[in-house]
Amino acid sequence: MTIFGIPTQALFGQLLIGLINGAFYAMLSLGLAVIFGLLNIINFTHGAQYMLGAFCAYFLLQFAGMGYWWALLIAPLVVGAVGIVIERTMLARLYKLDHLYGLLLTFGLALILQGLFTNYYGSSGLPYQIPPELSGGINLGFMFLPKYRAWVIIASLAVCLGTWFVIERTKLGSYLRAATENPALVQSFGIDVPRMVTLTYGFGVGLAAFAGVMAAPIYTVNPQMGANIIIVVFAVVVIGGMGSILGAVITGFGLGVIEGLTKVFYPEASNTVIFVIMVIVLVLRPAGLFGRER
Amino acid sequence: MSGEAPAASIPTRLGGPLVAIAAMAAIFAVAPFVGIYPVFLMKALCFALFACAFNLLIGFGGLLSFGHAMFLGTAGYVCAHAAKEWGWPPEAAILLGTAASAALGIVTGLVTIRRQGIYFAMITLALAQMVFFFYLQTPFTHGEDGIQSVPRGMLLGALDLRNPLTMYYVVLVIFLAAFLLIFRVIRSPFGQVLKAIRENEPRAISLGYDVDRYKLLAFVLSAALAGLAGATKAIVFQLASLTDVHWTMSGEVVLMTLLGGMGTIFGPVVGAFVFVSIETYLSAGLTVFGYTFGAQWVPVLTGFIFVICVLAFRRGIVGEIGAWWDRVKR
Repeated sequence: MTIFGIPTQALFGQLLIGLINGAFYAMLSLGLAVIFGLLNIINFTHGAQYMLGAFCAYFLLQFAGMGYWWALLIAPLVVGAVGIVIERTMLARLYKLDHLYGLLLTFGLALILQGLFTNYYGSSGLPYQIPPELSGGINLGFMFLPKYRAWVIIASLAVCLGTWFVIERTKLGSYLRAATENPALVQSFGIDVPRMVTLTYGFGVGLAAFAGVMAAPIYTVNPQMGANIIIVVFAVVVIGGMGSILGAVITGFGLGVIEGLTKVFYPEASNTVIFVIMVIVLVLRPAGLFGRER
Repeated sequence: MSGEAPAASIPTRLGGPLVAIAAMAAIFAVAPFVGIYPVFLMKALCFALFACAFNLLIGFGGLLSFGHAMFLGTAGYVCAHAAKEWGWPPEAAILLGTAASAALGIVTGLVTIRRQGIYFAMITLALAQMVFFFYLQTPFTHGEDGIQSVPRGMLLGALDLRNPLTMYYVVLVIFLAAFLLIFRVIRSPFGQVLKAIRENEPRAISLGYDVDRYKLLAFVLSAALAGLAGATKAIVFQLASLTDVHWTMSGEVVLMTLLGGMGTIFGPVVGAFVFVSIETYLSAGLTVFGYTFGAQWVPVLTGFIFVICVLAFRRGIVGEIGAWWDRVKR
């Protein structure tokens, strides 16, 4: 069976890989957007924190015998706590300065983290097993669907929608959105904005670590895994614009799928297609698809 | 970056800086005779020029490019290809490489200047990554191997560049010419308008300046000069490789400029020399408490310098000295 001269097996296979990549783009760009909204900082360390999440899962298994499900719970908490320390000790000193200093600081932190892990663990990647509950797959007739990949798509959708719900539909989220618009005013209402900023950063970082744990069985645990994806995620953020949570999610998944389809129809461009789309969007709609000028 | 007003460290009189530039030229002219290797000096000078070109954009235009490696690398590849495959003389190959980077600067500049600040940084980074993937896949760059054993050739048919000392003085002349050009541009009405845009863009627009055109011009100029550095580097080291287009290179030039002092005239030169010195020492292996740190520690150290500079040392070496000098004079 073929569609447009491409075997359906290959087409759906790449579509699935695209959805998986899109799930990671969505989770990472969501975290970046949440952090940017309140801190006005582009968190360059995001990729390194994603990598830390994966390593955290690896360490938990090696040294504590704790499996995937524990890692999914503990790694975001641990890495989020590290993020909170970074925010309190370093980022908090930069809020009054030009936002670019935050970018430079987090870039430096990313270099340190990636450099240290590369020096100790090499760059070939460490294997991480798929949990037994999710090994194997389902034959859908037109394609074979590995259970773990289905789980990644569903779990990331759930996390993204959960984040959207908290921010757009709860009291806490309304404080958060208000503080994004006007922190001084929100603070004068008696809300502890600096603590909210700290927790927001911790949450965004935890989200990156959560994505890292989910990525570990698919891409192996690799010190450089965050370095390459973060640049693509930056392009995703530029395309989607930072204005809306749902926008980040839709853009992330959409671009993942487009990237996957490019692998089928024109493989040479699969590395660059997202950047090309970024250029087109910048020419036609400089603020991004879902963004607003600020 | 409008945070710290680095422009204050530029004196208004012309005499002081010109004397300093002459002193710098004299130091470089005698440097090979006091035991400093020409290869080290040439590498540092190429990076110094690269950092000066980058500084033109961030220090005087307020635009943080996180993708300047694409200009360094593009010029390197084009220059190396012209010199090796087409047999062009070095001066023509360098000019072609520079022109290629300028052309890339026009195309990317038209896209990037549509956004500012953090977005500008992200967009330049993404475009540079696109360029990186292009060079990774296209055959003429020879992938991971790069273009190797590029002939240095005869400059203008007269100077044999295979002699390291001749090569060094050619690099020095190129560097000084570009440095004077940047110095001249900063002090021209064009440079003043750039500074005005950096400080307050809406006001510059309201004064009737075509802000986008000024930004684009600054971007293309910076791209061309970064290209000049890359093309010269390709001839000096007879190599054009993926290292020069990788995002780590874009990060390194940011670091050199930040370390030396953004928005100062000499800062990028000092920063480049310090950075290349560190890199050279680490490559040879540095033993501390019985543990040897090699070249693989360069990224970690780079990261630490970034963090320290941003937290405690934002004016950079030259900026701090300038501030200290201002205090002493009072």
